[in-house]
Amino acid sequence: MSSNHETPAELDHFAPVPVDLKSPALAAVLAWLWPGAGHLYQGRKGKGFLYMICILFCFFFGLAIGNGHVVYASFKKEDMRYPYLCQIGVGIPAMPAILQNMSDTPLAGSTIMRQPTPPVLEQRHDEKAVWHEQTGFHFELGTLYTEIAGLLNFLAIYDAYAGPVFLVPERKRRKKQVTAGQGQSGEDASPTPSASSVS
Amino acid sequence: MWHALPLIVIISLVYGATRHELMRPILEHAIRFGWWMICFMLILFVIIFIASRNL
Repeated sequence: MSSNHETPAELDHFAPVPVDLKSPALAAVLAWLWPGAGHLYQGRKGKGFLYMICILFCFFFGLAIGNGHVVYASFKKEDMRYPYLCQIGVGIPAMPAILQNMSDTPLAGSTIMRQPTPPVLEQRHDEKAVWHEQTGFHFELGTLYTEIAGLLNFLAIYDAYAGPVFLVPERKRRKKQVTAGQGQSGEDASPTPSASSVS
Repeated sequence: MWHALPLIVIISLVYGATRHELMRPILEHAIRFGWWMICFMLILFVIIFIASRNL
């Protein structure tokens, strides 16, 4: 830390900031169970709430436009719900689908996240076809939103486990190299060798 | 098409948050990345639109 009471971050907003990851494994598990929880555990409240709001909004918005049917767990041969492999990335919000799958009757009388009533057959007017009729293209769109929410949470889990992959904008990097008069700046401490910026 | 806007905002914010720790760089990066995505999609739209008109 600088003796002038200014941290590197205050001098350069893009400078790498020391991050206390505490227990990275626990943070990663918490981040998976609830988006942002791992970051809140680490004391990174701003990012924790940012991840929480963005990912949960994406997930529940997709669930809502699909009438609650786009997230369900089914691993039968005639209805392999592959999108659930991405949706489960959100953690606890997607887990009721597993409970619904394990139960013979709808949980609490609700059909949200419940798999379609079997049989689910192609070219037949089954319950899944009814869902598509009721929601139109919103069924696929809702599936997309919830899948993206799960995949984004994988990024958040990695961020909780390993910290941010700091990025220094290309113009700033070149400016520092020129002013420092060096071929390579010592502050170019991005952990990814191929880091590039969108300027 | 309007359904793409929330996705662009969310993806930009989450991606920006994976590259920075402080809010200001996150937001700046997210704005730049979001505009980049929109411009890229618009360019592709124009190309595909022109190509489809000529078929």
